[in-house]
Amino acid sequence: MVNLKVNIGDLELKNPVMTASGTFGYGQEFEDFIDINRLGGIIVKGTTLEAREGNLYPRMAETSKGMLNAVGLQNKGIDYFIENIYPQIKNYKTKVLINVSGSVVEDYVATAEKINELENIAAIELNISCPNVKEGGMAFGTNKNSALEITQAIKKVYKKHLMVKLSPNVTSIAEIAKAVEDGGANSISLVNTFLGMAIDSETRKPLLSTITGGLSGPAIKPIALRMVWEVSKAVKIPVIGLGGIMNASDAIEFMLAGASAIQVGTANFIDPQISVKIVDGIQDYCERHHISDVNDLVGAMKI
Amino acid sequence: MLGIDEGCKLNKLINQAINQITRFRYMKNTKKLIQDLKVIRNKQLNQDNYLLELEVKNDFPDILPGQFVEVLIEDAANTFLRRPFSVHDVDKNNKTISLFVKIVGEGTRTLCEIKKGDFVNLIYPLGNSFSITDDKNVLLIGGGCGIAPLLYLAKYLFNKNIKPVILIGAKSKNDILQVDEYKKYGKVFLSTEDGSIGEKGLVINHSILNSKSFGFSKIYCCGPELMMKAVAKYSKEKNIDCEVSLENTMACGIGACLCCVTETIHGNKCVCTDGPVFNIKELKW
Repeated sequence: MVNLKVNIGDLELKNPVMTASGTFGYGQEFEDFIDINRLGGIIVKGTTLEAREGNLYPRMAETSKGMLNAVGLQNKGIDYFIENIYPQIKNYKTKVLINVSGSVVEDYVATAEKINELENIAAIELNISCPNVKEGGMAFGTNKNSALEITQAIKKVYKKHLMVKLSPNVTSIAEIAKAVEDGGANSISLVNTFLGMAIDSETRKPLLSTITGGLSGPAIKPIALRMVWEVSKAVKIPVIGLGGIMNASDAIEFMLAGASAIQVGTANFIDPQISVKIVDGIQDYCERHHISDVNDLVGAMKI
Repeated sequence: MLGIDEGCKLNKLINQAINQITRFRYMKNTKKLIQDLKVIRNKQLNQDNYLLELEVKNDFPDILPGQFVEVLIEDAANTFLRRPFSVHDVDKNNKTISLFVKIVGEGTRTLCEIKKGDFVNLIYPLGNSFSITDDKNVLLIGGGCGIAPLLYLAKYLFNKNIKPVILIGAKSKNDILQVDEYKKYGKVFLSTEDGSIGEKGLVINHSILNSKSFGFSKIYCCGPELMMKAVAKYSKEKNIDCEVSLENTMACGIGACLCCVTETIHGNKCVCTDGPVFNIKELKW
């Protein structure tokens, strides 16, 4: 028997596989394909205080083994979530986290206060890294002072586990990670998407309505892995790794680099069953390598 | 004449009704499947277009006209997202699904190289469907590869004792494809931009659209956006109910990524789950 259970501080997951915000809807979209309850956790779509329509179409462009998106946090707002979606997903037997975004600190705080009241939401993933919203999001995550301040502000009102999702669009991600740790974060997830762009050479037009967007998918995996390794050395709190994970061996690479758990993102679009396949794949790996506890993989890269 | 308040109330009622219909259509859909289907035929139709016929091994699912599939193209060197294709034809007796594939880039080029006997991974059936009513004077308008979803629609209507008129437009004779198939289910009219077959010009200028002898009460349309917008304008002017099938770039196909949205009177809606078929009254055209 392999122990797959992991503890992200006080957040206990039945296995290290979570689904990344914005790639898994509210879980329900995947119910035809998998048993959601087999996952370690799901992180629902980025939620803001007020409803947001998102950016104009086109919002997505495929690049070499990667995908640019500029959805722009389209969602119906936290109140709509609480009234209409929460009742449908609150009985999942997996940890449900809400990814929280905003453009001013007050909005983040107000959203977090409302989530405090939701018994079956295990944690907040604080999104200070969305590259697709003009007036904020990523601005908080690219400066160590504002990253510290927003983490402290949420920590003051939110009583449960606070995971902070970092942007890779910075010079030193370890520095931001330390600031977030100092601010009281319980864990750190990284990376969000890399700011990128694509142009149609024939028409000379950008492929996204916003010109730039966030790059995800296998194309970013080596950079994401390096950043997870750097951050896990720099902080004491648990790190959750994501960025281009397409299969179990990718997931294990992130754990070896120092991640206590991982998130599957863009891969959900290609194979809606991939998240549970990765759970099975991690178990197979452990059996093959005679590892009785998946936690033994964390930071176990041999140098 | 209605007062402003009554007008607003009426609008609200209409919107509620549209919402109800959309919800009904969505709920009616069967469970989505992910399966490897065997290619039993890959027929080249012209330089850029192929017909893939796939065999369903297990129980044949309910597929409605207008629904689509997401195909995994494993051997492409640079792409990795699935590609959406309308269901072109369904043969329940032989348990086959046909896809009409136009080569537009690396993904579709790789897909068209697939051989008989190979397997492709599909997520299906996806999206809503064309709404089938009691209208008997039905017109189907397809442009270019936009004819794809209209064959199964024509067959479906035919089986409900509705014989549609089918108007197909393309650049040139060589691009007019599958006509004999469409002829099985209704009367077919053609138009080409160069006049090499059928009437010369765009479909929107075809004489049947201004002929008094037809009296269409419902139009189903799929093709390039400019063409669909012209058909929408025509339908509004003639007060004909009209549904269009949109083809926005998409990633997941199941309503998770929110990339394929179109602007509607109810805000941004996913083409993959709220569409691909929209009544033109819902669109901001």
